[in-house]
Amino acid sequence: MDIQSCVEVRNEWDIVSARQLGRNMAKELGFGNVDQARITTAISELARNIYLYAGNGKICIQPIDQLGKKGLKIIALDSGPGIRDIRRVMEDGYTTSGGLGAGLPGVKRLMDEFSIESTVDVGTEINATKWLR
Amino acid sequence: MDSLIVNVLTKNQDVLLKKWLIELEKTDITGHVKFAATPNMLRDTNEEFFRLLLKHISYNDISQDGSIERFFDQLLQTGLPVNYMTQGLQGMRRVILDVLLDDGSIDKEKAIELYNDIDRWLDPILNRVVENSAQIWEKTISIQKSALLELTAPLIPVFQQVSVMPLIGTIDTERAKLIMENLLDGVIKYRSEVVLIDITGVPVVDTMVAHHIIQAADAVRLLGSTCILVGIRPEIAQTIVSLGIDLTAFPTKSTLQKGMERALEITSQEIVRKED
Repeated sequence: MDIQSCVEVRNEWDIVSARQLGRNMAKELGFGNVDQARITTAISELARNIYLYAGNGKICIQPIDQLGKKGLKIIALDSGPGIRDIRRVMEDGYTTSGGLGAGLPGVKRLMDEFSIESTVDVGTEINATKWLR
Repeated sequence: MDSLIVNVLTKNQDVLLKKWLIELEKTDITGHVKFAATPNMLRDTNEEFFRLLLKHISYNDISQDGSIERFFDQLLQTGLPVNYMTQGLQGMRRVILDVLLDDGSIDKEKAIELYNDIDRWLDPILNRVVENSAQIWEKTISIQKSALLELTAPLIPVFQQVSVMPLIGTIDTERAKLIMENLLDGVIKYRSEVVLIDITGVPVVDTMVAHHIIQAADAVRLLGSTCILVGIRPEIAQTIVSLGIDLTAFPTKSTLQKGMERALEITSQEIVRKED
């Protein structure tokens, strides 16, 4: 089991520290410039979702090594209101906050693997992985 | 303060100091105190700290003459961690009790009373340390916040009808608001026909940042001017595409230079080399 690093997300500046943590870990693992930008942007989106919709939660970043296949996993956890209709939030352009509505579908496209689990009134967990090529 | 305690303590000053310094050393080893100064300076500081504490105990209260506050302020300004002071005071408490009990002139029954006395004596100092450092931090943070706001988003007129807004650093909601205001104010003030927004210095462009830039550019368009987005790095271009952000409505250029050329073209201006 690899070590996880976590950042609590409570205000806008925590988004920046989550992002910095992700960028540093991605750099250490040997991700290129473009992938570093993809990972940091994905973290930014996930952390902002936590800040905007759940109020607080955390972003954990974990390096993974599966039979020599290396990668980076982002875990976004919150115990907020949950997502009522996951199918809809994964549609481009759907937003409840007046934003662009590109966040979650965008993260899915930025990363290689993406899964989302949410229970109304319990919370949301999003896992996203990027593999090192 | 009980005169008995004062007498014992003044009598055993040297032992007290030695024990206290050993106690401080311990905190040093655990890495709590990372003091970026020469050993000499640390020793002087320690001795001064000790002298003041002892003075405090024998005169009961010297906070009126402000010497303890001055000392703490000075320490905090040299960047000494607050840990050093709180641990120093806690160490002092342990050492004083040790010395008092070792002295023998005080029986164990009285010890509990002494303990209370010492608590009452040290706690206000401890409170003062925490209060002072909290105040200094708050002040520093508010100064830095206003300093940050000052360099947040200037609109610079470059040529007639052409202005540039260079954006550097993270964009949060507050900054986004300022960007919009400065942009629109500047467009009117400088009668800019073209505004170049340079995002070379923005580390991450996520949907929120993009959204704010799109809104700002839209507002500029409503004023009848054109907004050109410049300084898009290749990796940012890729993430914008992956995120599915639609920037087709805005002219974009890779560098400020190319944006400037386009801006001059739009405003029918030209830079001409002088012929000798």
